[in-house]
Amino acid sequence: MSFLLSCPFCGPRPVDEYAYFGEVTKRPGTSPTLRELTDYVYFRDNVAGVQREWWQHRTGCGEWFLAERDTRTNEVLEVILPEPSRRSPA
Amino acid sequence: MRMEPRQGERIDRTKPVSFSFAGWKIDGFEGDTLGSAAFATGKRVFSRSFKYHRPRGLLCCSGHCPNCLMTVDSVPNVRVCTEPIRQGAVVEGQNVRWSLDFDFMSVTDKVGGPFTPVGFYYRTFIRPRRLWPLYEKFLRSAAGLGKLDEHAGHSRRYDTEHRKARVLVVGGGEAGRTAALAAAATGPGVVLVDEDARLNALQLQGVEVLAPARALGIWEGGLVPVDAGTVLYRFRAERIVVATGATEQPLVFPGNDLVGVMLPSAVRRLVRDFSIKPGNRAVVLAADDAGLEIVDDLSEAEVEIARMIDLRETRPRELVAQGGKGRVRRVLVDEESIDCDLVVASAGRQPAYSLLAQAGARIEFDSELGVFVPTELPSGVEAFGSVTGEGLGKIDPEPAYGGKGKCFVCVCEDVTTKDMKRAIVEGFDSIELAKRYTTTTMGPCQGKLCHLPSIRLYAKENRMYEAAIGTTTARPPWAPVELGLLAGRDLTPTRRTSMHWSHAEAGATIQWAGPWKRPYAYGEKPEDEVRAVHESLGVIDVSTLGKLFVEGPEAVALLERLYPNRFGDMKRGRIRYGVLTSDGGRIMDDGTIARLADDLYYVTTTSTGADAVTAWFEWWNAVWGYEAEVVNVTGAIAAVNLAGPQSRDALQRLTEADVSAEAFKYLDAHEIDVAGVPTLALRIGFVGELGYELHFPSPAGEYLWGRLVAEGARPFGLEPQRVLRLEKGHVIVGQDTDSESNLYSSGMSWLPKLDKDDFVGKYALEHLAQREEKERLVGFTMEEDVLPAEGAQIVIEGFPAGRVTSARRSEAVGVVIGLAWVPTDRAASGTRVEIRVDRLLRGARVTHGAFFDTAGERMRS
Repeated sequence: MSFLLSCPFCGPRPVDEYAYFGEVTKRPGTSPTLRELTDYVYFRDNVAGVQREWWQHRTGCGEWFLAERDTRTNEVLEVILPEPSRRSPA
Repeated sequence: MRMEPRQGERIDRTKPVSFSFAGWKIDGFEGDTLGSAAFATGKRVFSRSFKYHRPRGLLCCSGHCPNCLMTVDSVPNVRVCTEPIRQGAVVEGQNVRWSLDFDFMSVTDKVGGPFTPVGFYYRTFIRPRRLWPLYEKFLRSAAGLGKLDEHAGHSRRYDTEHRKARVLVVGGGEAGRTAALAAAATGPGVVLVDEDARLNALQLQGVEVLAPARALGIWEGGLVPVDAGTVLYRFRAERIVVATGATEQPLVFPGNDLVGVMLPSAVRRLVRDFSIKPGNRAVVLAADDAGLEIVDDLSEAEVEIARMIDLRETRPRELVAQGGKGRVRRVLVDEESIDCDLVVASAGRQPAYSLLAQAGARIEFDSELGVFVPTELPSGVEAFGSVTGEGLGKIDPEPAYGGKGKCFVCVCEDVTTKDMKRAIVEGFDSIELAKRYTTTTMGPCQGKLCHLPSIRLYAKENRMYEAAIGTTTARPPWAPVELGLLAGRDLTPTRRTSMHWSHAEAGATIQWAGPWKRPYAYGEKPEDEVRAVHESLGVIDVSTLGKLFVEGPEAVALLERLYPNRFGDMKRGRIRYGVLTSDGGRIMDDGTIARLADDLYYVTTTSTGADAVTAWFEWWNAVWGYEAEVVNVTGAIAAVNLAGPQSRDALQRLTEADVSAEAFKYLDAHEIDVAGVPTLALRIGFVGELGYELHFPSPAGEYLWGRLVAEGARPFGLEPQRVLRLEKGHVIVGQDTDSESNLYSSGMSWLPKLDKDDFVGKYALEHLAQREEKERLVGFTMEEDVLPAEGAQIVIEGFPAGRVTSARRSEAVGVVIGLAWVPTDRAASGTRVEIRVDRLLRGARVTHGAFFDTAGERMRS
């Protein structure tokens, strides 16, 4: 992996400056069943294609943001600042 | 056999340089390479081949082939044909028993032929299995390349430099130079790299020339690492121009590896650069005009040309080189024998497309040229010159000429035409499989000299077209690279606290603790330090604790949602112990949370958890968006734990603030001045005695440490602290817990407040609360005075059923105590379990809670 990733603030930087935090998951609502909870905690879609995922510019500005990345080519289609929500899934 | 001084030679005859070559003293000149100087004095054998230990001499003189790999000043696998000469260098042969000229192992060549076919090792040495270690030892010493000097240590220093370029040109030949100049005309930021040291002197207007330097590959994102000896440049270029040219290909005929069989490129360099007469009587075998032109150089060097054969016109049935002692003596062309001591043979030139293939270009067989050429270049990558196939003659000699003797397709791995044919007969019907089976193209040249010959032979044997076979995958690096260069310098910072040198001066034994250097103990007897804390006064540097400020109108809401604990009901100036859980309900980290103001909290984490906890807080807040800021102040703030029955008196002597038991209670946080230093004092008791954690600006570290020691506090290290906290049954997250531990199994079921609306881990903890845990973290006391190792097995009815996570001998308790995970049905207090200590089973009793001062009166006093 040596692709360039664009930080929303710092612009394109080598990917080793970033921390990857995996695909965006859907945190279940109140009182999930054990199956819903297990799905959320342990299972990932692991798509071969475009996925939305969390990144942090760890050794740069420290910002957390979302990226739309094609997991087959490492082409990053879009980087997005998150729109936080108290109720939003993580 | 130097020629008379000539125009354009690279050597400076006024500057003699000498070095040792396989024990012989060699005199050369500045400008020589180690290889050219040795050759000039008559040395012909430079190495022994990989498998058959056949003598090998200069073949390409361009740093491609394996024939001149030698050990230079203890560095193995140096290509001496391109390594510049240096005074006093010690050059030695490798893969040799005895000497280069007489190698005992060459017996494998004489008798080994019929017995060492392709795949011989895989098939023969598999049985009996128990003998494999013996076989392996022998085979490793018998076959292979140079040996690493295990005592060499840090003989060289490597660095990595990140660079940007607008245009990066790889290759400084005609095409590369033209492209670089054209690019320079449109703006700055043009860099040209070439393997050849001579290009160092090249002056191109507006172009930065790096030589000798080698582009190792083209990676994702246009990353081109360039090997410049002791510096690795990591180039990112907007445009990459590949002008790597074409590589002369060896002709495949029996005896084609004999010493004295050379590629035209080798002769050209020996004559033109070093003014060396390469032989006395030469046979020239060539399949293109570029190869035939070598006769001009041979004539200039006054080499008698015995025969020149244009293989496009003459198509011999048999073509064999023969010799004695591994050196070529004659060439047999059909029935005719021609005496010679030099054979210049070329099958034509193949574009050096590897970098382009790595970048994603398609590589196709061009049947007009008989070579593989790059097509469909990826964006941002361009190719110029003969690497595109431009200006090359058609390659059309026999894929392999017939005759008696070993006929090598791959000189690196000693793969013969016979091996290839056998692989095909055995059914390895794809070139990728045949490659892995025979190891052709997998040696040091990485296919530069054997890829095309292998495929041509494969096509012929299978009666297929080359185009249908395709190529094997080109992977970086393009040429062998020293591991040291890839590793670079170790730049992992060592973290030391601001009081570190005070500890060192006090004679502390320093140990690693994650990225930190910390005192293990200050003397031979950690138990004395433990006793000091119990009986009088001790002080420990805890600056390594992670320290965060969480501030903002919604700071409390953020913390309430991150921790299972409740914080909203906490008053200003109070402290609470908190444990972070993941959404799976597992323990991640622990620490204390102090409320300093309505909207300001001071959070401590474990020493190794600071960065991860900061990132975790910030991530969740990116999800939720509370009005709160998280600031990691771990480095800015130093901390010490002043502990022991006398700690209150000692602290009172250093501050005007009232620190009496009534004014400064257990779990209070006060902002006070200590010896003139603004300090946040937290009254907590990790070590179980009355104590104060003092947090203050790092620059005051040594000063305040000195004042505390002057007040009678005995410094104590990590080891005494481990004993003290164990006596209290205090858990160390990451030592006593692991990624599966949760609050219920770890005996902290009192901690989570499941009636809160939401917090990270709430739903998992709701489920876990309903479930019977399989195992539990408990304390134990040993029945005998033996100390189990941390990680020792708990054995129940002969089966391992748990593990010890901490164990220490406690003077205060009088026995060996510890923490362990045991099955739930053995977790009741007083249950007897057995622990394996040095192969013997020893009895222990399960306990709950603290071992010492069970009611906690001392730390609350």
